[in-house]
Order: sequence, then structure tokens, then C-alpha cells
Amino acid sequence: MFGWEFPPHILGGLGTASYGLTKGMWECGDMDITFVIPKPYGDEDKSFAKIIGASQVPVAWRDVSHDYVESRIGKVMDPDEYFRLRDKIYADFNYMRTNDLGCIEFSGRYPDNLLEEINNYSIMAGVVARAEEFDIIHSHDWLTYPAGIHAKQVTGKPLVIHVHATDYDRSRGNVNPTVFGIERDGMLQADHIITVSELTRRTVIDKYGIDPAKVTTVHNAVVPLSEDLLNVEVNRPKEKVVTFLGRITMQKGPEYFVETAAKVLKLDHNVRFVMAGSGDMMDKMIDLAARRGIADRFHFPGFQKGKEVYQMLKASDVYMMPSVSEPFGISPLEAMQMGVPSIISKQSGCAEILHNVIKTDYWDVDAMADAVYSICNYPAMYNQLREDGMAEVAQITWDKAGRKVIDIYNKVLGKA
Amino acid sequence: MKAICFYFQIHQPFRLKRYRFFDIGNDHYYYDDFANDDIITRIAHKSYIPAAESLLRMIEASGRKFKCAISVSGVALEQIEVYVPELLDLLKKLVATGCVEILAETYAHSLSSLADPEEFANQVKVHDDKVNELFGVRPKVLRNTELIYCDDLAPQILAMGYKGVITEGAKHILGWKSPNYVYAAASAPKLKMLLKNDKLSDDITFRFSNTNWSEYPLTADKYIGWIADTPDEEQIFNLFMTMEAFGELQNRDSGIFQFLEALPRFAAERGIEFITPSEAVSKIKAVAELGVPFPMSWADEARDTSAWLGNQLQKEAFDKLYSVAERVRLCDDRRLKQDWYYLQASDHFFYMSTKHQADGEIHSLYSPYDSPYQAFTNYMNVLADFIVRVEEQYPLSIENEELNSLLTTIRNQAREIETLNKEVSSMRLNIEHYNEEHALREKVAEPEAKPAPKKPRAKKEIKADTSVSKPKKASKPRPAKTKQTPEKEK
Repeated sequence: MFGWEFPPHILGGLGTASYGLTKGMWECGDMDITFVIPKPYGDEDKSFAKIIGASQVPVAWRDVSHDYVESRIGKVMDPDEYFRLRDKIYADFNYMRTNDLGCIEFSGRYPDNLLEEINNYSIMAGVVARAEEFDIIHSHDWLTYPAGIHAKQVTGKPLVIHVHATDYDRSRGNVNPTVFGIERDGMLQADHIITVSELTRRTVIDKYGIDPAKVTTVHNAVVPLSEDLLNVEVNRPKEKVVTFLGRITMQKGPEYFVETAAKVLKLDHNVRFVMAGSGDMMDKMIDLAARRGIADRFHFPGFQKGKEVYQMLKASDVYMMPSVSEPFGISPLEAMQMGVPSIISKQSGCAEILHNVIKTDYWDVDAMADAVYSICNYPAMYNQLREDGMAEVAQITWDKAGRKVIDIYNKVLGKA
Repeated sequence: MKAICFYFQIHQPFRLKRYRFFDIGNDHYYYDDFANDDIITRIAHKSYIPAAESLLRMIEASGRKFKCAISVSGVALEQIEVYVPELLDLLKKLVATGCVEILAETYAHSLSSLADPEEFANQVKVHDDKVNELFGVRPKVLRNTELIYCDDLAPQILAMGYKGVITEGAKHILGWKSPNYVYAAASAPKLKMLLKNDKLSDDITFRFSNTNWSEYPLTADKYIGWIADTPDEEQIFNLFMTMEAFGELQNRDSGIFQFLEALPRFAAERGIEFITPSEAVSKIKAVAELGVPFPMSWADEARDTSAWLGNQLQKEAFDKLYSVAERVRLCDDRRLKQDWYYLQASDHFFYMSTKHQADGEIHSLYSPYDSPYQAFTNYMNVLADFIVRVEEQYPLSIENEELNSLLTTIRNQAREIETLNKEVSSMRLNIEHYNEEHALREKVAEPEAKPAPKKPRAKKEIKADTSVSKPKKASKPRPAKTKQTPEKEK
């Protein structure tokens, strides 16, 4: 499997989903998984998959001793593994910027030279493909499609790509032609395509012109929360709290959240709105909240990570995700796990599988305001959504998703 | 002799329009007129009218041997009057044949029997009056909303003057017993119960055009055959269904109307007659008493009240609604009373059901909302506004009992004032009589001399008096009498 993010060092939903799915598949048994990520930190959970860090894969020969390798990267990779990979270098990449071990350094984030990193990742994939033994290649999201294609060309093994998002979602329709090119190339070369929702599946078929027969939807799931996360301590304000959690970008529809807040606050002053996260539209949103005259009840606590996310959810009475286009959207499921009633847009992939949430159109500010008011003012509504929501989300587990992916593998390998 | 007892239900609620929380306190009109007009007109033309016409033909063709009962909720009657009066004419025609009985039910198609006995009695009475006004008959048998019934209700129903009640033949109540007999209520043995034959009723309502059903296609011959082949002791077959079954649930081209119209002929061949519920309860003896400890109904798989009061949302909305019942009854604002009825329709609660399995389908089929949560939000917003209006009349800060006693005092005072007024006017009459007699006497004694100055004085006094109390009532009879008395004496 090629991925870009892996917990605990994640930037968005991609890492969580890759992790959950891999673990879910492992739970179904009889499977060895190798997971390649750009830059491991050493604290990843390695119990169910072998993790290879792209930053530790040599692409150019360096004559180094075992001890030296041990001292340099022993924390994240076994030196023997390094030497095994070193034997499989297939071309001279000394002209590239390599380090003392002959490896290319990856940031593992989304830097400005992202396209260059994607290319480097694909070069590295050639080495891994030659060194490892496997039956199938699985690429998570467009960043790793080139690597998947490369591995397929080297080994002739079938390629499955996993579409967690498309550029149509990220850009509200104004696609970047380069990104589109990479995505489409990946889809055409793939033997099978897995999408995270029916919504994404339609995009892949309609916008990228892919044969519907090779596109299957496998909805995401959630990992059950641990006890200490569920019981995380937090001070609650005496007002009701409505929370938006995510990147403050065009895709997430933050302006609709602000407009909803303005509508609700006009009549019900006993509510606070929180927009947690960061993004390119943050300043604009602060400005908009001020212009609507609700800044005293509208808060921007910034980017939340790890435990803070759960503290934030614990303190909330309503969770809102007014995404304009969301391939799946795992965060409402997390909110439901914490017992927070959720309002999501119909344009989100998770709306396809969730029942005990309020679904509205992302632009229907009136309907969202109404729902917020209703949950804050009618205890029965809050309790019903809370209890049924928790029960529902407990049924959405990764092993079911993993089972579906395995079925797809079998089909691709002609075993089914 | 075996008999078929048909009963058809007609009901449509007043659906609510999209009502946002910022409308609370500003907008007091709650209904989606367009949808209501559209739905009842469509269903009337697709189903109610053709079905009523079929019934009329069946009655005529069978020489008035075909009989059935129809129940129309009060809110549906109102909609029919406004939107499809031609259906009302047809119903009147049906009732006029004498072969169609109209049943009693709650005016608002409400669940009041589960919450508020006074409201229940009141609504049934209002519905009876409406039926009497439109059709000129008074119902004798009660069908509670959605066939809800339990032991607690029986004594009240009997006390309200009904001889029989129509309800569900739920399996968990009947056990090994058959619904094809007349039963008596355990808590009020004089009240007879007619139980719906689930299997035979649903064969028509839900399965008739289902090609996957092993008995498809269902013919009138076969259907009557099933009834005829039952043991001889089984006397009555209660086929209770919504009238929408004809033309709406079962499409016109499935042949449902032909099936219906063919029934009397085959029934006559097999010696089966038709009977109305009131004939059934008066003619047929009850075989046993039947106890129903918990409310049952004809809805959903569970056949209980969980379709309307199954989850927290429904219970909250229901409790909130009936928390103001007493106050609304104290009010005499007509619009408020009207909204009170419309908001009680069981359908509003039906839309809030969160059942997701087989039953969920039927809930979402009827619901104008996308989700139960939306239904709840909308309803609660409307209810919030309604309660604000009730409070404007009688603030919640005053206890119900206190308010009650204040109101009785006011009523008593009004009564007292009335009696005093009567006394005053009769006294006044006496004075006038006295004056007139006096004047006449004087006339006799001194013609043309004294009466002139005396009369105006008397008038003035009276006028001053009447302006204090009731000017119209007191002043009117006076001139009449004054005219009469001299004439008589002449």
C-alpha cells in the first residue's frame, strides 16, 4: 500500500482513513500488509502492517556500515531492511538531491514543491516494488497514484487505487489541470477503483470518464474511541456550543456556518459558535463574523490536534459540517461517537450512510439555523440524536469496510 | 349465516408548512395550503371518488343488500368541504341509501384518548355534531383514531352512548382466538367489540397487486371462497381498511375496483351477507369478554402505539401538546381552537418515527418531510408559537386550578348578573304596568290633562337605568308591551 499520511502524524482525514482501513483488513485475517509512507516518525502503530518510510529507501548506492545505518535510521527502520532495499536500486539517481544514505528526503506534508515530491515518491516506489513480495498494489489518493503505476509497470501486479477525494471536491469545480492529469492517469491505469462514497463514484465516472464497472464504493468507517478519550475532561461554558471543525477552506463551506450563526443569534442569544481549524479562508471568516455583528459569540480557537479535538467535541452541543462537496467526511462520525448531534450537508459522502443526523443542503442556511435552534431548545431532539447516533456509529466499523476491499482484491486477482 | 362487515377510513391531516424558528411569534398561519389542496384533490380523484361511485353501484346492483360503514375524520371533512365538495355530495348520496353507516371518531384524528379523557369525549362529540350537520345521522359505533383501544377506554366509550367499538384484532391480544366473532369489552361488558380480520383486510390493502404473493392474482371468487370455507361458527368478517386502498395503494389498473364490485355477487352465491357495524353489535351476541391491558392499534408490525409514541421525540412533542389542553379548553378564540384540532392529528407524530426497518418505509411514504428530525423540528416550532398564543390568553404563571376557580367565579358572576338583570327588567315591567294603569285611571278620570308629563318621566328613568346594564335587551320588550297593553285594554 502506498499512502501519504499515517497516524499519529496526520494533517487531514486521509491518514485516519488509511489507518482504519488497513487495520480493518488485517482483522479479517490472512494478509500481510506493507504500508509505504513518505516520512515515518517511529511512533506509528506497527502491529498490523510493516511500515516502510520513503525517506529511508535508498535510490543511490552509498557504501555505509551497518552501525552507521543503525545510528542514523535505526529508530524507524531495521538496517538489514535498508541493505535489502539497497540491493534493488535500479538506476543511478545520484543526480537527484540525495543524502548520505542515498535516500531522498520527504517532508510527508503538502509543501509547495508537492509535484516534485510526488515524482520522487514514485522513483522510490520502483525500489520498493523490486524488493518486496506482494500480490496487489493499493494506492491511497492521487499523491501516490504515480508510485502505484510505477510499481505496476515494474512487477505487472494489479493496481487498486483508493479515491479519498478528487480535485473537483477541493476546488469547487475549478480543477488544476496537472492534478486532474495525474488523477485521471491513475484511474485509467488502475485495475479497480475504490471510492469512499457514491458521490465520489459519480464524480469519477462522470468527470473523469471512467468505466462504471471498475468503480466500487466502500464507505469509510471509524475506529471505536478509547475510554479516556470518551471521558476526556473539559470545562463547559454555560451556553450551548455549536462547533465547526475542519480546514477553513472553500470546500468546507465555512461561510454558511457564519451565516447560520447570525440567523440563530438574532433570536437566541444563549448559544456560542466555534470555528476550530485553520485555512486560507480564516481571515475572511473573522471579517464576516465581525460584519454580521456576532463576534462576541463567535470564536476561532485555531487548529486543534490530538486530544484537543475530543475536548472540543465534548464541550459541544451541536456539530456542524456544511461542506459544499465532501467525498466522505469522517468528522461527523467522530462527533457522533462523542455523543454530539450532527448537522451535515447532503453534499457529503457520509450522508449516504448516516440516518441519525440532520441533513440539509449546504446553502440552506435557514434549515441549518432551524436545526441548530431545535437541538439547543428541545431536549428530546438532543437526546434522541445523541443516543441513536452513538448506537448507529458503533455499527460502522472498519472490518466491514476491510472485508469489502478484500472482496475487490479477490475479484481483481481472479480468485472470486 | 356469515356476514362481511366492511368499513372504510377517509382521513387527511392538515400538513404543516415549513415553519422556521424565527417565525415563532411572528407568523400564526401553520398550514401548507398548496400541498393540502393538491394531496386531497389527487387522492379524491384517484381513489375516494371512484371508490364511492363503486359502492353506490354495488348498493344499487345488489338491491340494497350490500352494506358498509365509512368513517371520515373531522379534519378530512373540512378539507373535503373546501377542496372536493363533489366527494361530499357522493358521501351524502351513499348515506341517503340507508346502506352506509357513518362511524364516530375523534374530530382531529387525534391521540387524545391516550392523554386526556375530557379532550377525547369533547372531540368525539364535536365530530358527531359535524356528521349530524352534514349527513343528518348520529353515529352509534365508535372507531377511535387508528383503531386505538384498551380496557381503560371501554367504560368511557360506553358512557358516551356507543354500543360498539371498532378495533384491531392484534395477534398478541387474541392469541388462539379468532377475530371472526363479536366480543365484549372486559372492563365494560355491555360494550361490544368488532375486531379487524388482519389477514383478509391486508390481502386487499397491501397484497392485492403484489405479483410475488403466492395467492396472486386475487379474484372475488377466490376471496369469498376463503370466507365461505371457514368453520360455520365464525359469523362475522371485519374487513377494515383505508379507502385509499382502492386506487391509491392498489392501482386502478390492478383491477381493484372490478374486484370490489364483484364481491356482492359472489357473496350472494355463497350465501354470505353484508352487515353494518351497528347491526352487527345489535344482532350478534358476544361470545366472550376480551381484555386489552395495553393500547393496541392497527399500525406497524407491533400493532401498538409505537408508531406515534415510540421514541423520545414523539413523546416530548405529545406531552408538550397536551400540557396546554386544559388552557385551550378555557379559551374561546375560534382560530386557536381550530389550530388546536389541526395540531393534534396523529399524523404529525407518525412523521417523527425513527423506525428504520420494514415499518420505516410506510412512515416515509406518507411523510412530507425528509427525516423524522425535520418533522420534529418543524412541529415543535409551530407548537412553540401556538403555546405563545395560548399564554397570551392565559399566562402560564397562573396555576391551572387558580385560573379555573377565577373563571368559575367570573361565570358565576355573569350568571348572577343575568338573573339580576331579569329581575330588574321584570320589576321595570311591573312599574310600567303600574304607571300605565295609573295613567289610564287618570285618563278615565281626567281625559287629556295629566298623562302627558308623566310618561316622559318614566321613559327617562328607564333609559338611565338600562345604559348601566344591558341596553338592548331591557329596552326592546318595553315598547312592545306598552303597545300591547293598551290594545288589550281597548
